[in-house]
Amino acid sequence: MPETLFKINAKEYILPGNRSCQGCGLSLAYRMALKALREKTIMVIGPSCLCVLHGLYPSTAVMVPGLNTTFASAGAAASGLVAGLRALGRDDETVVAFIGDGGTFDMGIQSLSGAAERQTDFIYVCYDNEGYMNTGTQRSSATPLGAITSTTPLLAKEEHKKDLVRIMEAHEVPYIATANPAYPIDLYDKFVKAKKIKGTRYLHLFIPCPPGWGFPPKDTIRLGRLAVETGVFPLFEIENGRFRFTGRSRALAERGHKIPVSNYLERQARFGRMTPAQVQVFQQWVDRRWEEYVRRAEADAKHFSP
Amino acid sequence: MSRVEIMTGNQAAALGARLARVQVVAAYPITPQTSLTEALAQFIESGEMKAEYVRVEGEHSALSVCIAASTVGARAFTATSANGLLYMHEQIHWAAGSRLPIVMCCVNRGVGAPWTILNDQQDSISQRDTGWIQLYCRDNQEIIDTVIQAFRIAEAVYVPVMVCYDGFVLSHTLMPVEIPDAERVDAFLPPYRPHTILSEADPRTINPVMFADPRENAAGVLGDGYMEMRYKLAGALTEALKTIQDVSDEYARLFGRNHGGLLWEYKTEDAEVILTGMGSIANEATIAADILREKGVPAGVVGIRAYRPFPVEAITHAFRKAKSIHCLEKALSYGFAGPIYTDLRAALYGSGCEAAMHDYIASLGGRDIQPDTIAQVVFERVIKPEADGRFHAPLWINCRTE
Repeated sequence: MPETLFKINAKEYILPGNRSCQGCGLSLAYRMALKALREKTIMVIGPSCLCVLHGLYPSTAVMVPGLNTTFASAGAAASGLVAGLRALGRDDETVVAFIGDGGTFDMGIQSLSGAAERQTDFIYVCYDNEGYMNTGTQRSSATPLGAITSTTPLLAKEEHKKDLVRIMEAHEVPYIATANPAYPIDLYDKFVKAKKIKGTRYLHLFIPCPPGWGFPPKDTIRLGRLAVETGVFPLFEIENGRFRFTGRSRALAERGHKIPVSNYLERQARFGRMTPAQVQVFQQWVDRRWEEYVRRAEADAKHFSP
Repeated sequence: MSRVEIMTGNQAAALGARLARVQVVAAYPITPQTSLTEALAQFIESGEMKAEYVRVEGEHSALSVCIAASTVGARAFTATSANGLLYMHEQIHWAAGSRLPIVMCCVNRGVGAPWTILNDQQDSISQRDTGWIQLYCRDNQEIIDTVIQAFRIAEAVYVPVMVCYDGFVLSHTLMPVEIPDAERVDAFLPPYRPHTILSEADPRTINPVMFADPRENAAGVLGDGYMEMRYKLAGALTEALKTIQDVSDEYARLFGRNHGGLLWEYKTEDAEVILTGMGSIANEATIAADILREKGVPAGVVGIRAYRPFPVEAITHAFRKAKSIHCLEKALSYGFAGPIYTDLRAALYGSGCEAAMHDYIASLGGRDIQPDTIAQVVFERVIKPEADGRFHAPLWINCRTE
């Protein structure tokens, strides 16, 4: 572990002082992602928390060129940058779209699907804070069951979260990975790896959001870890169809000691009205998916080994 | 050397884009634009045209691709019609606000519901207030020449240009077209120079959130607020009036064809009755004017080529001697009147032009309109002129209104 830490790019691409909230999981993840991506990166930004982090005109906190685009168009805007750069012979630059769950799961899914189907040579990052946090915590299709949001204020969300990773896998993209700022080296390594691969690469980041989820800003890392420890958000990568747990999730899968989801849920005000029955439904949903992943990891290990 | 070939309006537009050395094409097929995108695909796959072709999954994405490609410095082109144009609407505003010199052909088609695949101009008219330049073509020769001119205009003022021409009437009709010589087009249209370079050497966040008031940046330089940026866009459209005319004049000198810049006129020297419109219906009006002249009515035509920016000065001059003005419109502002009628009334108010103004809604959803019908309705109004200059609701031609 310390060996890898020393390899992390020491250069900072986000200047001190930006407009993200205290304890923002996105600012932690974005900092590590930019370090891993290094120079020759062009960013596509949606109208989202990242747009705010980048700064309000005429100031920016980020030392990477960025193109703001409309909510639904990130995949297409990235396609346009890739096409434009290729037409101009600038083929050593990496186009990265860094988009929230609203711009990915919901309004942006068409242009993302189009770009992925065309195997556009870019990295698409969904930073998933499980709701429309920039507009004040409304429900998205990434919001988990049982969460109170400002558009599910009394009954809480009654449906499970959409499985976007599975949708992206159906596009047969060469690289898919999940990551979480509570495990920065795992996140960093995945961005380094993604940058080296050609074609559409999809990274799904779990982004704890103190004001949106209702937990103290000091607990961002704790929440990120609990999401992994409970199996709510497993860390893995799917490289050319091969599924592999990584980091802490691999250890959990090998030793089989993930902890109950209540440890994760009870620390967040958004789950404050869940009944024991709902918690049980949530637990079953997590278990079913976790078991699928474990079976998949075992099967792929056999299938892909020589 | 230039050469003449028989081709459709869509083929002319595709050839225009090829001669303009477009570097990125993104388009989604929609009738009647389809054969234009197919022709470009053919050019690019065969190697006749060196460009990236992004086969997007929808029109919103088509223009998004062009916006990003144009931002990074590539010359970008797209085309669409009707509901495809409406689906782009958010990006149409975005392209103009970003001051990107994208050229888009709008192959004019009626808008659903109910569905029609046939021609009127409600689609492009409904995008009037997006900050784009809109040029309307009357024949296939004008289409190829206007696509080439459009890039020169767009890149001079950093405003996108919509080249509009009537679906099927022009897009699918074969006409002889003189194809300009490629080397001379290159001399006329130098490579595109973007206003901003997306590069890590000078990292910028393009199109961030604005405050209401101007703010200083980290170096203490006062930047614009949203309103100043919009003021500059409005100014660029005004500046474009001269650019459109100059580019048209220069093109005429180099290639020997003058489509009129902002306006074109037909037998207006002695005309008291002036018919006006945009695109192919204005061309048809010239035949109607001849029919009216046979009946002893001194008729002429002013064709509007530049609809945005609206050429107020040229309009005031062209209509100064008119006793009656007859607007032939393929679009309508529902609940009011035709867009040309309302704009002309506003432009001519206080100009000294005392003409009675008549508005005709014609040819919606491809309803046929013949020159003798136009001549007939105009003749009826001319022999029974409304003495006052008050507003009158439009007359729907060739429509069961009972």
